Amino acid sequence: MAEYSAFSLLANALKGNKDWKPAWRKPDPKASYDVIIIGGGGHGLATAYYLAKEHGITNVAVLEKGWLGSGNVGRNTTAVRSNYLLPANTRFYEHSMKLWENLSHELNYNVMFSQRGCLNLAHTPAQFDDYARRGNAMRHLGVDAELMTPAQIKRLISALDISDSARFPVVGGLMQRRAGTARHDAVAWGYARGADRRGVDIIENCEVTGFLRDGDRVTGVATSRGDIRAKKVAVAVAGSTGRVMQLAGVETMPIESHVLQAFVTESLKPFIDTVVTFGMGHFYMSQSDKGGLIYGGDIDGYNSYAQRGNLPIVDEVMSEMLALFPGLARVRMLRSWGGVCDMSMDGSPIITTGPLPGMYLNCGWCYGGFKATPASGWCFAWTIAKDQPHDLNAPFTLDRFHRGLLIDDKGQGANPRLH
Amino acid sequence: MLITCPYCGPRDVIEFTYQGDGNRDRPDPASQNFEAWNAYVYDRLNPAGDHNEIWQHSGGCRAHLRVVRNTLTHEILSVAFMRGTHTSTARRKAEDKS
Repeated sequence: MAEYSAFSLLANALKGNKDWKPAWRKPDPKASYDVIIIGGGGHGLATAYYLAKEHGITNVAVLEKGWLGSGNVGRNTTAVRSNYLLPANTRFYEHSMKLWENLSHELNYNVMFSQRGCLNLAHTPAQFDDYARRGNAMRHLGVDAELMTPAQIKRLISALDISDSARFPVVGGLMQRRAGTARHDAVAWGYARGADRRGVDIIENCEVTGFLRDGDRVTGVATSRGDIRAKKVAVAVAGSTGRVMQLAGVETMPIESHVLQAFVTESLKPFIDTVVTFGMGHFYMSQSDKGGLIYGGDIDGYNSYAQRGNLPIVDEVMSEMLALFPGLARVRMLRSWGGVCDMSMDGSPIITTGPLPGMYLNCGWCYGGFKATPASGWCFAWTIAKDQPHDLNAPFTLDRFHRGLLIDDKGQGANPRLH
Repeated sequence: MLITCPYCGPRDVIEFTYQGDGNRDRPDPASQNFEAWNAYVYDRLNPAGDHNEIWQHSGGCRAHLRVVRNTLTHEILSVAFMRGTHTSTARRKAEDKS
């Protein structure tokens, strides 16, 4: 199995790198499968991988509208963390963190998971108290968290303006040392390769155009490459959830699709070796191994499927960056892009059976789906294989909104643009 | 993105506040139909294409506006004053008169 090793690297180098095999096949779709997963992003591929590995279900197809990893798995800002307040979220994301910690080894694929820490800055005493509360809640469930003073923060991030004359002076921070970043493309490719090696068909450029039905029951999908039947059809399409569910006749969902922009600067010498977030607005930044600063802020705040945003948010994100790091004023931005986020009504995801017989649903990731990729796939695979949720995703139902069982980590209410 | 306010003319989106989905029908305040309330609060059509929205010109005349905007292209198709157009408001007024 270990095709990638120091030995294979050396052997291929000596042979002029001519013997590397494609990481996954390009099969034509079969007429039927045990399980079809719609969406070849991180979550769909991870689901296929864990279905094959944990549950022995290998007659699986992953259908991807574009090319593999062309959606949000290749558009996010790569932060991985489990610093939530509410137990349902903390348990789920900590499970994900534990899977991350062994992921490169598990997949025999270097996902470049780097536990460089994630620091939330506090700018008022009240916010610092709130972070202390969240840190305590995390530690209560066995997750690492520590409060930091401005002096400790300055030693960690020397470029940060912690002076009293800063626009929003820093009074402290909450650090999760085990948090960090991972190479997002490698996560998609690693899961794809792992699933493919176990017999899963990954079918790219195959858009789902409708659902095959037997009464209420979903029995397959109509696609741009023909009809494909399946005993179970799983939907993991993030920002396109509304569109795909409407094809199945589900008119409304507790989801709005919004656009989130992200940015990268030209490459710099090592500048910051952690992930830092701003507490007086919405801004987060880390540095990639190539040297670019990767950063982003809030969603644009109106419904969008456009995968591109508008200038007001660009302006806001740059202002926030300069409030923290005045020294970056003359660094040039290299690229910006947008991804479509499936904003749920309480900011938490949905991983569940249904809502139709024969269907399984994974959505509502807001703009935090990347860190969840391993646990999302792991729990979704469990749910599909056993027709019931695992304890970890049992709270993430679709009907929790109508039953008053919301998981609203930020306490923002049913206003998706604020989560 | 420019929104043409019927009172102020074309203005940059930064002057406006998005008030959300304009397709939702608020039940009568006295209604005890929980399903209708739940649907109003949580369920969204979320279309890819033309979308009925409510915006407020909060950095201008402060009027609430009914906007039809394409969620795939961000093109603004129509803008009108909100006043008197909301279905439940219209219904309540009709009930008041009866």
